[in-house]
Amino acid sequence: MPRSARAAAAAVALLVLGACTVATPGAADPTLGDLRGRTLHVLATWSGTEQENFRAVLDEFERRTHATVQYTSGGTDLAVLLNSQIAGGQPPHIAFIPQPGVVAELARRGVLVPLRGAAAEAVRRNFSQTWQDLGTVDGQLYGLYFKVANKSAIWYRADAFEEAGVTPPSTWDELLDVSRTLVEAGITPMAIGGADGWMLTDWFENAYLRIAGPERYDALARHEIPWTDPTVVETLTLLADYWRTPRYVHGGAAGGTQVTFTQAVAEVFGSRPSCAMLFAADFVTVEINALDRVTVGEGARFFPWPSIDGSPPAVVVAGDQAVALRDTPETHALMTFLASPEAAQIMASRGGFLSVNRNLDPAYYPDDVTRALAAAVTDTPLLRFDLSDLTPQAFGGGSSAHMWVLLQNFLADGMSPAEVAQRLEEAASRDFKDDG
Amino acid sequence: MRRFFSAGRPPGRRWRNERRLIAALFLGPAALTVLVLVAYPMAHTLWLSLHDTSTGAFVGLANYGRMFSTEETRRAILNNIVWVVVAPTLVTVLGLMLAVLTQRVRWSTALKTILFMPMAISFLAVGVTFRLVYDEDPERGALNAALVAVHDAFSPPSRYYGVAPRDGTGLVPADGGYETADPVPASEPVAMPVVGLPRDRIPSEAAPASRPEAGVELRGVVWLDFTRGGGGEAGEIDATEVGLPGMRVEAVRDGQVVATTTTDASGRFVFPGLTEGDYIVRLAATNFTEPFRGVTWLGPRLVTPAVIGTYIWIWAGFAMILIQAGLAGLPRDVLEAARADGASDWQILRRVTVPLVWPILVVVLVTLSINVLKIFDLLYVLPPDSVQDEANVVALEMYRVSFGGGLDYGLGSALAVLLFLLVLPPMLFTIRRRRRERL
Repeated sequence: MPRSARAAAAAVALLVLGACTVATPGAADPTLGDLRGRTLHVLATWSGTEQENFRAVLDEFERRTHATVQYTSGGTDLAVLLNSQIAGGQPPHIAFIPQPGVVAELARRGVLVPLRGAAAEAVRRNFSQTWQDLGTVDGQLYGLYFKVANKSAIWYRADAFEEAGVTPPSTWDELLDVSRTLVEAGITPMAIGGADGWMLTDWFENAYLRIAGPERYDALARHEIPWTDPTVVETLTLLADYWRTPRYVHGGAAGGTQVTFTQAVAEVFGSRPSCAMLFAADFVTVEINALDRVTVGEGARFFPWPSIDGSPPAVVVAGDQAVALRDTPETHALMTFLASPEAAQIMASRGGFLSVNRNLDPAYYPDDVTRALAAAVTDTPLLRFDLSDLTPQAFGGGSSAHMWVLLQNFLADGMSPAEVAQRLEEAASRDFKDDG
Repeated sequence: MRRFFSAGRPPGRRWRNERRLIAALFLGPAALTVLVLVAYPMAHTLWLSLHDTSTGAFVGLANYGRMFSTEETRRAILNNIVWVVVAPTLVTVLGLMLAVLTQRVRWSTALKTILFMPMAISFLAVGVTFRLVYDEDPERGALNAALVAVHDAFSPPSRYYGVAPRDGTGLVPADGGYETADPVPASEPVAMPVVGLPRDRIPSEAAPASRPEAGVELRGVVWLDFTRGGGGEAGEIDATEVGLPGMRVEAVRDGQVVATTTTDASGRFVFPGLTEGDYIVRLAATNFTEPFRGVTWLGPRLVTPAVIGTYIWIWAGFAMILIQAGLAGLPRDVLEAARADGASDWQILRRVTVPLVWPILVVVLVTLSINVLKIFDLLYVLPPDSVQDEANVVALEMYRVSFGGGLDYGLGSALAVLLFLLVLPPMLFTIRRRRRERL
């Protein structure tokens, strides 16, 4: 069985890795240097299990270099914390920032340290050109994507699909057929956690990438084309047609904005499920496991966001970018280590983590679902970063950001696609100008 | 002062310096704390409010201009006005009622303790709890669960809500029910395939559907045209498909319902006596009454009243205790005199009690007004993100523009200054009162 064979391979690899570190007690890793007595501060959004898993990576770094790493979780207010630390003259050595827009802003303010030497080399060796480009601002390499999220997966309850006698759709028309059949079977097709605005921006981004294509997607992210563009209206119309079809969405369109992401997960995978599908990024598996009703990969499966009008396969991703804020040897050493497949292995084997390190052996992922999600990101010919994260924070980066709120109003109020496009454009002209 | 000095030791320069030093030593730490923690932040906020955040350039009153020109902030200011007008008044009135009424019950101390208890809970925790109480889904929201239970007791939902005819089978919507698009002759059995009934709502007595036997009277079958696991043929009765019993069916001729019947366990129905002519066959609307799903408390329209309700829940006990303290100090003889003169309870309350405790009521009202102006935590956690725009108040908007995404400290500081100015009048009022009381 290939699966167990791979698992065995992973176990062996881990043992070898363990043996290596055990075999050289006291001696520091020559590539990273001996950093005895040095202390690093690291800031990221991760808390709970993710924090524990990341701590394991840092522990390994400490073991190799004898440096001390202090980790601080910034939670959702990371940008605020980071800004105040910068203003106070005590920035962390390394921060993991989810929004490329924020990274670009910090780089232009001259707060970030460009990657060079061994760290830059490690990034070039281990990451594809796409990901190097995403970490580059004005021709300078600043960031490495340590953890990414696959945002183009639609999750479904296998027994609901079975009951309705449907199979995962691969095109939008098939998705409509599947949804209609589910309604006929008395099952609500889709749960939308519209109380969390990012759920809706993810809908928009996936549909837009497929309808308008990558060039327009990039242009829209930079606000080089207006939000009143026909492709935007077309995308909003497509979404509205789905969201507003009676019985397609849990609670109806207006009710959709009252349901949070966690509640939506429970509507599909909880103890009293009412819906069959949920569109959510790969980190939903953590929530599904927490509910402990269905097993990811068996009761809970996913299919890629369907193609629209024959569009090629495409994946929308998000990710936490590690950037350096202090120009010290220990900073560069940790960046070098983070860019290595060894660092990715530690976190990958613990689950709930996707890496785009091309030298990471997929065998390290704990299950087939994670492997498939990771493969979708690394193998896709068309990859785009989450559009809302590329825009200025006031437009796309928080619970009161205009794009989030306007899409929520669009879902709840029955505004026409043209009208909401107009309002998005008004907000964008303001927010992009403020940002510029 | 001077007299005091001359009475004691001779006024000497050294002595005066020494006294100044002692005063400075004692005042110093407190003054420094006030300077660092109050005066400096206030001055800095004012400074920030006059500058652009990203460039640091002086922009004059531009931030204040933006404050009144953007829709979100205007909404926040408007909501704050609603809050200040409504919340303190309601809390005070309710507090007065509770204070008067709890005096008369037997377990008044226990009751008062319970009423006061919400004050002991942190606002954040209250917000999280009431988010659940107000949840729209009756499965989660306590308030809607109660409403739905009451509503269902009087008008329960129909058995077949959510059910609709299969597309393209000649059935069209009519008056909340469904009917045949064209009149059908009595001699021909009517097939009425419907879909959309969840598995757990299929009646237990439902039997496999079958075509009605031929006969002379108008007849037909209503069945769930869905084969579990797929594979059934649309519009045909497949092996595992069941009839829908207890469905109310009407025969309509020239727009008039001429006969009514009910389906049997296998979904069949017959209209006894209807043998001649053509009829429209209709599945009555009463089959499809949707269940009452409660009220969207935290929707755009009700969110402010809902949050104010929570605020009242927290503060009513507090107002009650304060007012009660005032009531306890009332002169007994006045009340007794009023009673002896034959005044009713209501008259005593209006003409005697309220005027006497009026100063306390004003204190409660003013204290709450200041408190309401600054309200933040409840609105930060209670409304879902999707309605925060509608629930917005100045303090929340201040946080949202400063830290919620835009990192626009200039606008945020301008809002903080506005909030400060709004709190000033009630504050000055309180200080003046205090001073007068002391005189």
